[in-house]
Amino acid sequence: MIELIINGKPERLDEAPTVLALLEGRQLAGKRLAVERNGEIVPKGQHAHTLLTDGDRLEIVVAVGGG
Amino acid sequence: MNDSLMIAGKSYRSRLLVGTGKYKDFAETRAAIDASGAEIVTVAIRRTNIGQNAGEPNLLDVLPPERFTILPNTAGCYTADDAVRTLRLARELLDGHALVKLEVLGDPVSLFPNMPETLKAAEILVKDGFEVMVYCADDPIQAKMLEEIGCVAVMPLASLIGSGMGILNPWNLRLIIDQAKVPVLVDAGVGTASDAAIAMELGCDGVLMNTAIAHAKDPVLMASAMKKAVEAGREAFLAGRMPRKHYSADPSSPTSGLIGS
Repeated sequence: MIELIINGKPERLDEAPTVLALLEGRQLAGKRLAVERNGEIVPKGQHAHTLLTDGDRLEIVVAVGGG
Repeated sequence: MNDSLMIAGKSYRSRLLVGTGKYKDFAETRAAIDASGAEIVTVAIRRTNIGQNAGEPNLLDVLPPERFTILPNTAGCYTADDAVRTLRLARELLDGHALVKLEVLGDPVSLFPNMPETLKAAEILVKDGFEVMVYCADDPIQAKMLEEIGCVAVMPLASLIGSGMGILNPWNLRLIIDQAKVPVLVDAGVGTASDAAIAMELGCDGVLMNTAIAHAKDPVLMASAMKKAVEAGREAFLAGRMPRKHYSADPSSPTSGLIGS
């Protein structure tokens, strides 16, 4: 069991996913978004190769209307 | 007339930049932006909904980056660190896109810029390869500092963000415009078309606005009005206005040949 903080909310998972697997599990894969892990950008090309670990803090962002 | 706006080596036909916030829906956003003729549109960067509304439309599908120059902002950031992190996420989101709008706010009531944090963030971002357009106070000294750091445009407020109070200190704007070697754009405060025209007549290189269009009763019509106002103000600036004569009138019609003389 691991715990991730995703967009500020704790989530428990049975096993550590890659970034891509996490996004796929939430129907977010392939969308126009960006991921930061513990303050560092995870480039799109690395989503499939980046294995998350217990305690990781993720920010998953999109563009929204703003001025 | 070739009178394009050059920002970071790229030329734009439109001197009106618009935000994408506060619209009723994406259809209205797109219709207003089309009516404005804007080529550069600002967006905000926010956490996505996780696991809900998976089919929700995405702003970048409505405003494709292939068609518009997307200008991600740091609205809502109160520290240099948060602003830098937000723009690194934006660069990743937009596949390496470097042109950004930096704003570091000082307090939620006035949304006035925190200039020490703005200067700090600008230094980090410029060193990191970003092309920084920066929201700032209408302070000629700090505007110059931002230019010297390497910002590609300085964008002083005309009045508070979202206030619609117009151009409150044209003299400060003129001081900034007269000394600047990078484009100066009024960012924030425009309420109606005449405000945009005044900004351009002062010699601003462009105007960035959001609420003046989005919160008009008819946003699409106001977007069209703003397009014309920016163009009219620019042409009036280039044409050079007549001198003001404070205490003497000067008839427009001939003074000779009057009947009965």
